[in-house]
Amino acid sequence: MIRFVARRSLQALPLLFIVSALVFLLIHAAPGGPLAIYLSNPNVRPEDIERLRRALGLDRPLWLQYWNWLWAFVRGDWGYSFSDGRPVTARILERTPATIELVSLSLACALVLTIPVGIVAAMRKGRWFDRIATGLSMAGISLPGFWFGLLLQIVFAAGLGWLPSSGRSTPGADDAIDQLQHLLLPTIVLATVLASGWSRYLRGSMIDTLSMPFIASARARGLPMRRVVLRHALRNALGPLVAIVTVDAALLVSGAVVTESVFAWPGLGSLFTEALARRDYTVLMALLMLSASAVVLFNLIADALQALIDPRAAAA
Amino acid sequence: MRIPVLVLVVLIACATAAPLVAPYAPEGIDLARRREVPSATHWFGTDELGRDVFSRVIYGARVSLAVGMLSAVVAGACGVAIGGVAGYAGGAVDAALMRITDGMLAIPRLPLLMIAGVVLQPSVPLLILLVGLVGWMETARVVRAEFRTLSSIGFVEGARAAGAGHVRVLVRHLFPNAAQAVAVSLTLAVARGVLLESALSFFGVGVRPPAASWGNMLYQAQAALSSEPWLAIAPGVFILITTVSVNLIGDRLASRPAA
Repeated sequence: MIRFVARRSLQALPLLFIVSALVFLLIHAAPGGPLAIYLSNPNVRPEDIERLRRALGLDRPLWLQYWNWLWAFVRGDWGYSFSDGRPVTARILERTPATIELVSLSLACALVLTIPVGIVAAMRKGRWFDRIATGLSMAGISLPGFWFGLLLQIVFAAGLGWLPSSGRSTPGADDAIDQLQHLLLPTIVLATVLASGWSRYLRGSMIDTLSMPFIASARARGLPMRRVVLRHALRNALGPLVAIVTVDAALLVSGAVVTESVFAWPGLGSLFTEALARRDYTVLMALLMLSASAVVLFNLIADALQALIDPRAAAA
Repeated sequence: MRIPVLVLVVLIACATAAPLVAPYAPEGIDLARRREVPSATHWFGTDELGRDVFSRVIYGARVSLAVGMLSAVVAGACGVAIGGVAGYAGGAVDAALMRITDGMLAIPRLPLLMIAGVVLQPSVPLLILLVGLVGWMETARVVRAEFRTLSSIGFVEGARAAGAGHVRVLVRHLFPNAAQAVAVSLTLAVARGVLLESALSFFGVGVRPPAASWGNMLYQAQAALSSEPWLAIAPGVFILITTVSVNLIGDRLASRPAA
């Protein structure tokens, strides 16, 4: 188990290198490079741009720039925001709690929905519950998240006036009810999209597992169906689900971009769209790196969790 | 499978024959009839410039469907090429290509495209290319896996021994066996392409006004959500119909036993 995790960690390291190189090249491949915003500004003279290029080290060879950037990034020096001059780390840190709040609640809600729905749909395969669940989850994975958000705003905020349409709290009010009301709609959007994909997956792997001989043998030994499903089948079907849930969780570091922006939720996702509007490359690069690193790291965690649930995975 | 295919065919036909189907010009401004609720003359209402929303949805289908389908072709071609080479060559080439694939999979697609959209201000053809270039990884993985399995059972060795060249083995022997898996991954890529286009245009970095796409119609609708909510309904419903149809076809293809 420990050797397995250690081996996987060693494999993750070069992957981080590749990801960072891709991110770096993408920004540098852009016309004008990191200084693009100044090139289109008539108030910035060509000699100023030349001076900036030298000051920022943009005249050095590309590999050296990459190395310097990567080394600084690893040490936690993520540069300064182009738009307000503050350290990128500070801007990211102040937005992180809101994202964690929204994402963790959405993940929890999605899991609470997924597990019973996936299991019952698999056990009642082809019956009405399964048909409805399968149909809804098909709609869910096909749904553009931002449009679903707009619909919820139209109905519950603009139409019925039950819930606030955006933000994290009403200015002045700081009670828990108010915060929950703000959380509700964005959580519904994220949880719906996540649970749709996951429950399809769990249903599929439960159906596969339930058809295996060991399930029939457990039933033949006289174990009640409840116990067979929850203790025997679920444990087997859960491994692959854990992998998907962890990776989705990592993608939410940035994947909540759409939902956060629609609901003006002040997290990392809206920081991204704000930085995008101002071409704040240092912030954009840091966020992209952060979320890609999260995916690599969470993949590692998924592998470890899977090995914990199903020791055969570690042997493979 | 018949219904989703039929729906898609009708959608594509309407988009192709847009000038015949749409009752009004998509960019035809009629200031006397601004912000009208849906009626017999304007089925989906009119927007803040008096443009007919139904006509814009039909013309928007051209852009949205083109981006979805053509980007899937780009993604599929890259995926087959990269996955095919990795799976056939094996060894260091395979390892290197698959690490790049893993790396690309780790970078979140939409934010990446949004940065590209701001920097490059893409035209529709460039948009198709960009959406395709972030969508090849899944296809590459399934093609590579299929090719590895076939190679390991002596399939390739047999064909080579019978005198087939590398290209012939790849095209005639290996690819047909991976075709079903590729078809499934292509349908997923179409649905993803439609969703990515709509999200990019919704953020104002995809298809630019005045040309209509389903995504940028929603971008406009967001500004008038409480006063003219009907603007947000039609484009979203059309996106959903398209992605559901494509995904249903993909599901059916995936569950069909290999020929």
